[in-house]
Amino acid sequence: MPVELAFAIEVLIAGLLSGVMYSLVALGFVLIFKASGVFNFAQGAMVLFAALTFVRILEMGVNFWLAIAIALAVMILLAVIIERVMLRPLVAQPVIILFMATIGLNYFLEGLAQGIWDSQVHGLDIGIPDVPWMSILESTNILISLFDVWTAVICGVLVLFLAFFFQKGRIGRALRAVADDNQAAMSVGIPLQLIWAIVWAAAGMVALVAGAIWGQRLGVQFSISLVALKALPVLILGGFNSIAGAIIGGLIIGASEKLAEVYLGPIIGGGIESWAAYFIAMLFLIVRPQGLFGEKIIERV
Amino acid sequence: MATEHQSETLLKVDAISLSFGGVHALVDVSFDIQKGEIFSIIGPNGAGKSSMLNVINGVYQPTQGTITYKGEVRQGMRPHEAAVQGIARTFQNVALFKGMNTIDNLMTGRNLKMKSNLLMQGFYWGPAQNEEIVHRQAVENIIDFLEIQSIRKTPVGRLPYGLQKRVELGRALAAEPTLLLLDEPMAGMNLEEKENTCRFILDVNEELGTTIVLIEHDMSVVMDISDRVIVLDYGRKISEGAPDTVRNDQKVIDAYLGVAH
Repeated sequence: MPVELAFAIEVLIAGLLSGVMYSLVALGFVLIFKASGVFNFAQGAMVLFAALTFVRILEMGVNFWLAIAIALAVMILLAVIIERVMLRPLVAQPVIILFMATIGLNYFLEGLAQGIWDSQVHGLDIGIPDVPWMSILESTNILISLFDVWTAVICGVLVLFLAFFFQKGRIGRALRAVADDNQAAMSVGIPLQLIWAIVWAAAGMVALVAGAIWGQRLGVQFSISLVALKALPVLILGGFNSIAGAIIGGLIIGASEKLAEVYLGPIIGGGIESWAAYFIAMLFLIVRPQGLFGEKIIERV
Repeated sequence: MATEHQSETLLKVDAISLSFGGVHALVDVSFDIQKGEIFSIIGPNGAGKSSMLNVINGVYQPTQGTITYKGEVRQGMRPHEAAVQGIARTFQNVALFKGMNTIDNLMTGRNLKMKSNLLMQGFYWGPAQNEEIVHRQAVENIIDFLEIQSIRKTPVGRLPYGLQKRVELGRALAAEPTLLLLDEPMAGMNLEEKENTCRFILDVNEELGTTIVLIEHDMSVVMDISDRVIVLDYGRKISEGAPDTVRNDQKVIDAYLGVAH
């Protein structure tokens, strides 16, 4: 295989694999948006909270799987508390009020996470080696990081699980009903509180996985909460209420920002990986504001 | 007439008061609803009709008084619990799930009838899938009954107001309620639509034996289809009885037409 082609494929694959990680973060937003019509500003803080809790428990010398289980339990407990304290009093309030509440929650969680634990940078090793995939490298000359492959597999499984669980039949319908109209959903007997708790717990679980994986990459520290910003263009591309959209959007953003960096970067001076995604999202907003798979909002005038 | 039968009380409202801050929405209101009747609550705008419905449905907790439903005394309940106990309702301002089509809106009404567990539902496996088909059939029957076959797959947000109201009625019927609360089901409709709605209400009452509480401020429609009527004015009950009795009650005439003070 010619070196140039191999390199292009290498870039594309690296982009797609990192795109899966964007999908994962975006998924946390989608779940909550689907069930309440609210953009959860605190998703990034939840990633930080989950990752810090996990890494600090791990540092106490607790077994890896036990630490994951504890961190997961903490995230579920957090979801229940958020539902009870923040969401329940705001039933049937306009969406913008819930959104404001999530902004408050964001700062509260950031403070709480660093207050309980600390604000140092913690190295995290989740046991996946960051080495090239040798057999592929030898046979085709394409360098693929095993770490990327493994995280893509983990994310893929999680995404499929959630997509299946929340999309089909009764639960999918209940989520959309709750998002459309709280009052009406309760009147047909949909347990609003339970649905909210389940969805926030699922978003917490996603935050934990995202936090652990990004944590190994970047170290667990405050800036990990900023990976949430990477999910924004993914959401705009895929649509805020589509799980499939979050997956495809993540892949497109991941691949295109890597390709842009490598092939467009030298022409306009480099460093475009950090903003290429937002630029694509902006172009997309002009053409298709509801995203690739988003629901078009119908309003009779 | 239902009142002449050996009647059984389904719902008893006892001395209910409801205040928001200093505003008294309901003051010491009492009445009984018999099983199988069409019971109407009428009154001028702002009389407290919707508030009364919201108390029965559990949206508001009464400040004072009790409600006895199916022989069980309660101070208040959550709307979700009301639904579990067989109370379905429609809203004054249509509250449909606008992004969903008619079938899905009606399917949400079947929510409590579905028995397979959450996990099965989530994965849409075996029993869950069969169950979905059974309930879909029930929903199709309601669609036939309400004559809305042509809009089965239309997102309800696109429908004209009259049809939205009919879909909302369908969603309430899908729950197969014991007690059906209708909050101004005919508001904003033209004469033909009103006649259709009356027909549906009467059919539901006769064929399914559903007890119906109807709210309207247009007296003429209500009088024709109700077994009994109460009249609210400024949150107080001012009259109660058969439509003819109420129609000729001087206090009711004063409330509607105004009176020289």
